[in-house]
Amino acid sequence: MNRRWSVGLRLRLVAAFAAVAVGAVIATTGANYLSARNTILQGVQDRAMDTLRTQVSTFAATVPLPPTQRDLDALQRRLNGYVAVFYRELRSTGGPPTEELPTEFRAAVHDSDRMLFQRGLWSASAPYLMIGMTVRTQNSAGAVEPTGLEIYAQISLASSQADISKLAMWAWVTGALALLVAVGIALLAARSVLRPVRELNVAARRLADGQFDTRLRVRGGDELAELAHTFNSSAATLRHNVGELRRMESDARRFVADVSHELRTPLTAMTAVIEILEQETDRMPPDSAVAARLVAGETRKLSRLVQDLMEISRFDAGRAGLELDEWEVATAVRDTLAARGWQDSVEVELPEGLVARLDRRRLDIVLANLVGNALRHGAPPVLVRLWQEDGGVVIEVSDGGPGLPESVLPHVFDRFYKADSARTRSEGSGLGLAIARENARLHGGSLSAGNRQGGGACFLLRLPGVLV
Amino acid sequence: MVVQQTWIMGAVAMVLVVEDDRAVREALQLSLRRQGHDVHVADSGERGLAFLREQRPDLVLVDLMLPGIDGFETCRRIRAEGDLPIIVLTARSDDFDVVAGLEAGADDYVVKPVEPRVLDARIRAVLRRAASEQQASDEHFGDLVVDRTALVVTKGGEPVALTPTELKLLLELTRTPGRVLSRQQLLSAVWDHDYLGDSRLVDACVQRLRAKIEDDPGSPRHVRTVRGFGYRFDRL
Repeated sequence: MNRRWSVGLRLRLVAAFAAVAVGAVIATTGANYLSARNTILQGVQDRAMDTLRTQVSTFAATVPLPPTQRDLDALQRRLNGYVAVFYRELRSTGGPPTEELPTEFRAAVHDSDRMLFQRGLWSASAPYLMIGMTVRTQNSAGAVEPTGLEIYAQISLASSQADISKLAMWAWVTGALALLVAVGIALLAARSVLRPVRELNVAARRLADGQFDTRLRVRGGDELAELAHTFNSSAATLRHNVGELRRMESDARRFVADVSHELRTPLTAMTAVIEILEQETDRMPPDSAVAARLVAGETRKLSRLVQDLMEISRFDAGRAGLELDEWEVATAVRDTLAARGWQDSVEVELPEGLVARLDRRRLDIVLANLVGNALRHGAPPVLVRLWQEDGGVVIEVSDGGPGLPESVLPHVFDRFYKADSARTRSEGSGLGLAIARENARLHGGSLSAGNRQGGGACFLLRLPGVLV
Repeated sequence: MVVQQTWIMGAVAMVLVVEDDRAVREALQLSLRRQGHDVHVADSGERGLAFLREQRPDLVLVDLMLPGIDGFETCRRIRAEGDLPIIVLTARSDDFDVVAGLEAGADDYVVKPVEPRVLDARIRAVLRRAASEQQASDEHFGDLVVDRTALVVTKGGEPVALTPTELKLLLELTRTPGRVLSRQQLLSAVWDHDYLGDSRLVDACVQRLRAKIEDDPGSPRHVRTVRGFGYRFDRL
């Protein structure tokens, strides 16, 4: 994607440069070519006409009028070049044949008192110049009148054509060289523009990956340098802000960990003695008994909350370790249920013989949480299913209750999220599912929540690649 | 080595609680006393060690966070003196603490806040001595001799001083030489952890046992680790 973009920009730059170069070369070389060609042809033409005019004025007077065939031939011989002399119906025996002289040209020459010329082609590669003139003389009265003599000359332009072709070839060569140079310059220019653009792209991607210390080298003072400067200051601001946020978050988490830790000591003392209080309730006045039971119950809840807070703090701090060992999964699941007396209230589909490497304690935490939730908030039948997938195992915990509302689903793993805002406090700490998900992730797996087609919440614990 | 009577459930045990926080100390004292134990308390490691010079309790419960010499050092000094069972009480959540406590010689640990029932169960499990087996004769594993009747272990003729937990672990391992025992099996057999124990207890105890019965604890020949499964006792 990005590669194509970079190539595209380069191609566009090269094309633009080439177009400019070709345009300029065509304009200048073409103009030069045309003017040089005209100059060459004009020179040839002028020389030929001057020669003919001089010779005619020297020799034409010697011809008696009206001339005989011999007189015409004599004049023709005296004139240089490929010349034909006409007088009325007569014409010299030498020179270009009559049919090669176009009738219109001859008519024009006949009626004109000036020397005329026309360019023509003998064949594709042999251009020629045709000159025609009438011979005039001054009569006794001093007036100029035509003698009836017409002289036509044909001059080959082959050597001039060779010069012109050479000129054209040089024009092509120059054009090609100019194009090459233009493309070269275009590539250089593209590189000098694209390199900073590419660097910017790489830097932006690094920034997106969270490497906030990424900086660009600022070169020169052009727009790209300015852009690099802007990028750098943005990155610096971002780094500062993200650093600040992270610091605040880690402060908050450390605070939670510290508070939980501080709460542990008094809770330990309270937990140690609440049982005594509970055992005495029979002998207490009714109000005191209620108060004692309340204190005992709430102390246990508080104790569980603090333990869960400590647990989640351990995940946050990255101090949660994995104690992997090999376990027969079906047995592990059964043990978890049996340890809590749930074996009769939960239906199971547990294929035997799946041995996986996992942390037994953490699997127990996840399962106890999911099944506990299903029993508390869902409705029977609570079903635990196990199957093999992706070289690992999937454990599904579902119930036959109404399921989770769509609006709740995205938040079930949030800390302290309460599905029902009216219910101020539930049995659990509000951290159970968050801890369960962290435990799944620690195994390289995942925990997801959804609803079954027939209703009822359904949690999927996926532990890929754990099978032995 | 003279081994005491097998601990009977419900009998009175003398427990020393080393805990600096007054409330926790008093509450534990109250709670354990109601469980039927004879409880003594100390508010620092130094006082706890001083108490041990005068009396010999059946078990010491040590808080890891103590002023002066801390819980780890207290454990090490108690262990240097003998095989007195130790349970550490940790308020810290780091796994590192637990491992360090076990390496310092603790037999088991509990995390604060602990339910009195759980604490009592752990105490009784640690105190429950290895039962002597009447029909068993001395078993020889190279120069290591395990006397299942007298519950005495000798190496090269010299008696080996094992803590009750280490002895129980060795008896469990030597019961089925060559067979692999998983950490969880050992946890339930030696520590009475019913369904979910911390396998690091086993690892730490195996390390201590190797230090006492192996010629080279770095490359053990008796207590072998079977990666991914657990431990196995080899006859040689």
